[in-house]
Amino acid sequence: MAPTTAGDLLLEMEGITKRFPGVVANEAVDFDVRRGEVHTLLGENGAGKSTLMKILYGLYHADEGEVRLSGKPVTINSPSDAIDRGIGMIHQHFMLVPTLTVAENVALGLPPIRRIRQDLGPVRERISELSDAYGLQVDPDAYIWQLAVGERQRVEIMKAIYRDVSLLILDEPTSVLTPAEVDDLFVTLRQMTDGGRGLVFISHKLHEVMALSDRITVLRGGRVTGRTMPSETSREQLAHMMVGREVQLAPTRLESKAAEARLKVKDLNVLGDRGTPAVTDFDLEVRSGEVVGIAGVSGNGQRELAEALAGLRPVVSGEVVMNGVETTDRTPKEIRRLGVSYIPEERMRDGAIGEFSVAENLILTDHDRPPISRRGLLDFKQIEDGCSDLVRRFTVKTPTLDTPTANLSGGNIQKLVIARELSGEPELLIASQPTRGVDIGAAEYIHTVLMDQRAGGTAILLISEDLDEVIGLSDRIAVMFEGRIMGTLDQEEATVQRLGLLMAGVSE
Amino acid sequence: MSDFFTVSVLLATLAAGIRLATPFLLAALGETLGQRSGVLNLGVEGVMLLGAYGAYYATLRTESVLLGIVIGLAVGGAMGIVYGVVTLALKAEQGISGIGIFIFGLGLSDLLFQKQVGTPTPIDGLGDLAIPVLGDLPWVGEVLFHQNVLVYVAFLLVPAMWYLINRTPFGMNVRAVGETPEAADSLGVSVNRTRYITIFVGNALAGLAGASLALELGIFQQNLTNGHGFIAVALVYFGAWRPVGVMAGSMVFGLVSAMVLQWKTLGIVVGTTASIVGMFPAVLTILVLVLVSRRTGSPSALTRPFERGH
Repeated sequence: MAPTTAGDLLLEMEGITKRFPGVVANEAVDFDVRRGEVHTLLGENGAGKSTLMKILYGLYHADEGEVRLSGKPVTINSPSDAIDRGIGMIHQHFMLVPTLTVAENVALGLPPIRRIRQDLGPVRERISELSDAYGLQVDPDAYIWQLAVGERQRVEIMKAIYRDVSLLILDEPTSVLTPAEVDDLFVTLRQMTDGGRGLVFISHKLHEVMALSDRITVLRGGRVTGRTMPSETSREQLAHMMVGREVQLAPTRLESKAAEARLKVKDLNVLGDRGTPAVTDFDLEVRSGEVVGIAGVSGNGQRELAEALAGLRPVVSGEVVMNGVETTDRTPKEIRRLGVSYIPEERMRDGAIGEFSVAENLILTDHDRPPISRRGLLDFKQIEDGCSDLVRRFTVKTPTLDTPTANLSGGNIQKLVIARELSGEPELLIASQPTRGVDIGAAEYIHTVLMDQRAGGTAILLISEDLDEVIGLSDRIAVMFEGRIMGTLDQEEATVQRLGLLMAGVSE
Repeated sequence: MSDFFTVSVLLATLAAGIRLATPFLLAALGETLGQRSGVLNLGVEGVMLLGAYGAYYATLRTESVLLGIVIGLAVGGAMGIVYGVVTLALKAEQGISGIGIFIFGLGLSDLLFQKQVGTPTPIDGLGDLAIPVLGDLPWVGEVLFHQNVLVYVAFLLVPAMWYLINRTPFGMNVRAVGETPEAADSLGVSVNRTRYITIFVGNALAGLAGASLALELGIFQQNLTNGHGFIAVALVYFGAWRPVGVMAGSMVFGLVSAMVLQWKTLGIVVGTTASIVGMFPAVLTILVLVLVSRRTGSPSALTRPFERGH
């Protein structure tokens, strides 16, 4: 590490250890932040990044170790302590009250200007000033529920700037933003560091880490496995430090001949949970042996589209033909019997039952018919043989077949879901966010499996918010915006920039 | 039926309706505050019974109605602290804990009554307090301004509660804690402290609601409240968690109850018919809940205990 004077150091965390029952989340972690820099914490899910920052923000207590701010040891027992000491945190999930206005959200928790009658006039004025100074467009009187995700993120930043934090923690702040919004966010963050603030950036998106960081600390299994700077490293090296072995970041795509159409969607209209249109006049075709990617910012109708195709959400109008059969009025089970498999985006809600054993989850779609059951009785010999085979083939790491599924890691649960969905050798696979929240190793494996399926002639509809994934796997990419297709690009012409514009609703 | 449609009977029925709406309104306003902060209390009925008994017993012993009112509030507040410890500190499931509070209140109020009083002894309850000038207005004065003091208190609490929830810094904390407690916590607002306050105030009002019932009737008996507290909880949903809506619901219930009573008194309904008509309020509750079940506006964090870091 380069020599620094103590005055430069805003934050020092030394020898932080935090144990949860059965797990060491942080083990003797050292981490520091200087004024005016972005120090990135990089690591896979469960590497201990969030735990370390939650300790700093007073949400958890460290079992061992010391935290110093500007050289002085401090104890931070609650978020209020952290706020009082000038620490702000932007959480992975928005911490905004949807039924309150922007100004009310900013004022929440601050000492009231007047004790009885709420007076937000000065708050509104200050928000306008800061909006101008930082180029953060926010309307202080808008309700949060009226705002798009990009705007909500600006409100989160505004809350931090308003409190004049000297140290800001950003926990995966870009996961819901379009590429253009990410660029804007980085400009604002740079403005904040130029003013002498220190930022902690938590991410697992390697290109963003390379673009924004001054320094990078890599965590794996709760320990620091690397300290570096963008100028001294590469994405491949960072991935190596995160995973502990060589990883192939881009999947290998072999030539594949698209053949007959397996999925045809015409003029599809579907409503969202609140009864408003979620998918509008949607047309799409997926042929055997090709991957069609659906890109888009989360919440633009992708989930509703997948659910409608899987038979889980009623279709208002339009046509869906799978393997030559009209399916809009079919039940999920009937659709599955047509050779359709579905990997849902919420694996723990829609994909698997946490309390069920690994074997029970693996037979969930076939438990009511031979060979798994005969005359209403389960054939346990058959189940054990079939499941052992699947667990081996799809490298699901589990102690036994009887282990409760909830005890597995996210990556292994996802492999389990994929093993089940691919065991029937589907002709059409609808895969929604297949690698979201899984570690790099599992993602690499899932990509290989999908590519094998494509080579074997399966038609794949891949819905993903991860642009690298969509570009890497798809033959064609359709971008969804507000329920419609903004445009479709062939793999060769798809770039992050072009897709990003379409994702923001700008047609070409 | 023609007996019913005379000016004097109709005015008396309206006045009675407002009086009968009062316990509903007091309890439902208190429950609204609690629910807006994310805490459901199904034990309102039990708290009302204890408040009613406390107020009755204090008035019986001291002949001071004012002391009765204070004891009603205090008993309610004490139950609020109990409920707060159970649901906030110990994080017990709110629906079931509320049922527990109800059964506790039902049993304890009757036990104390049997041990301390035994035979039903009437007390001098709340007398009417005519408001000068306004009370002299024709018709309106008779309906609105010849009521007991708790009626005025209850209706004045409607704008007060609205102001508290929507126009004060504390009210903003309440709304935030009821919708997104994680966000409030991350900004340094103490979720449980806010909820302790709303539960304390809400239960004190439930106690006062019970007191208003006992002091209005001038008696106490087993299960005096007879479902008032449960209907008050339903009225919070009916009123879409807004004080004015809760008031409208309370008025509907008060007026229907007054009408049914009046019909019985006048002999318009008798025997079985009277019993069936007497079920109106209960049927109304169910209808209303079916109709509002799809309504939005419920605090998102209702019944969800807050735990940091989850």
